[in-house]
Amino acid sequence: MYFKIFPLDLVSLIGPNGGGKTTLFRLLLGLLKPAQGTIRIFGNSPDRVRTRVGYVPQYARFDPRFPISVRDVVSMGRLTNLSTGAYKAADREAAAEVLQEVNLLDLQNRPFADLSGGQRQRVLIARALASKPELLLLDEPTANLDRSTEARLYDLLRKLNQRLTILMASHDVGFVTKFVKQCLCVNRNVILHPTAKLDGAIIRELYGSEMAVVRHDHEIAGSTGEDADV
Amino acid sequence: MFEFFRDAAHYTFLQYALITGVLSSVACGIVGSYVTVRRITYIAGAIAHSVLGGMGAARYLQRSLGWSFLTPMHGAVFAALLSAIIIGMVSLYGKEREDTVLSAVWAIGMAVGIVFITRTSGYNEDLMSYLFGNILMVRKMDLLLIVGLDLLVVAVSFLFYHQLEAICFDEEFARLRGVSVELFYILLLCLTALTVVTLVQVVGIVMVIALLSLPAAAAAFLTRQLWQTILVATALNLLFMVGGLALSYRPDLPAGATIIILSGGVYLLVVAIGPVIKRLGARRRRSRTRA
Repeated sequence: MYFKIFPLDLVSLIGPNGGGKTTLFRLLLGLLKPAQGTIRIFGNSPDRVRTRVGYVPQYARFDPRFPISVRDVVSMGRLTNLSTGAYKAADREAAAEVLQEVNLLDLQNRPFADLSGGQRQRVLIARALASKPELLLLDEPTANLDRSTEARLYDLLRKLNQRLTILMASHDVGFVTKFVKQCLCVNRNVILHPTAKLDGAIIRELYGSEMAVVRHDHEIAGSTGEDADV
Repeated sequence: MFEFFRDAAHYTFLQYALITGVLSSVACGIVGSYVTVRRITYIAGAIAHSVLGGMGAARYLQRSLGWSFLTPMHGAVFAALLSAIIIGMVSLYGKEREDTVLSAVWAIGMAVGIVFITRTSGYNEDLMSYLFGNILMVRKMDLLLIVGLDLLVVAVSFLFYHQLEAICFDEEFARLRGVSVELFYILLLCLTALTVVTLVQVVGIVMVIALLSLPAAAAAFLTRQLWQTILVATALNLLFMVGGLALSYRPDLPAGATIIILSGGVYLLVVAIGPVIKRLGARRRRSRTRA
């Protein structure tokens, strides 16, 4: 398999569960080493440039009873290995800035666990942004979210894409394609498609069986009807 | 109860007991909060029980071989750190089931301790005070060691608060930020080990786990940030230790057991009435935002 992602791309990683999306993410983050072949991010091996990559896990993974505020979760993005004591003024400013960007500054003192799913997902995006990454990796950012929350999240990602390269995993094909520039189809092997070409044949190849393609001709409530910038 | 404070002004053993209680409250509030939110209090349990091996061995060397500089406290520190490192290595790198290893450390430590204690000549009242604590028997040398351990625990957990918080909340993200997750996890277990040693003086090996987890769990229930949990857990520990000491003094009850019963009672109370308080608080917030 071979693929290349260019700066300011917005790539969606799609494929069925068990197809290897998470494995590919872990490889890109340098948490796993490839058995063969090489991965280069910004021309370097993943574990050496890891701090230039922002990673956004699924919010549902977290212990809902952990006592931590929104601001402290976001500040984690400023953490380094041996920084001691309280966060520095620059770190606090950076945290406030990204909280503003995801529109959650007024909730910064609330417990993380009290927030809704969509808000928690935005907090995790802010945490990744706080480290000023050049590449953002999101693991199924819209899992467990309702459609209007999902649409707002995609608006945010589209805005961020103006300055960041974004790679996100999803098992949902239909909705992502509206503004995603490239699709990376992962099912044991990896194929890079321009989004315009994503059709029934490709989906069939991905999921391995005949599937009916659902046509969403209507506008989903809350989603914006803007043109995709493909 | 007041007799205790009156007598404490005169008797050094009561002063030592009081200082030990206050110092261990602080270490216990900090470390207990971390291990409770990370859900590893059972690891603290295994470390605590393995301490008997070190105490027994040190007592044997001291009495039977005449190594007079060695006290059971030294043995406890050694055994606790050794167990912490073994458990940490296994849970980070080992292929073995973690709970099996915990059971092994737990039981082997106790077995080694019992063998040494039965081979030691002289009075064997030690075993009871190791198992259930005897805060009224703390000597000056032990107290100095407790002061040192306490300062170490407080300093390290203050300096690396954010790293420890991060590995408890989201180990993977901490790793991606360049934090040495393995190092800080082992560090957390070593801090737990040192805290266990100070607590063994107060409540004994068997009941350490209650003091590490119950006040922190009650505090976590009442607070919304980890540093608040730590402060409240420390305050509760202080209340239980000083209160337990004072309550047990006049009727001559075992101090350790009194402290544990007090903390268990308060924990149950918080869990029982906590939801009611939270609901009232939420209602008040809602009506305030409406107004």
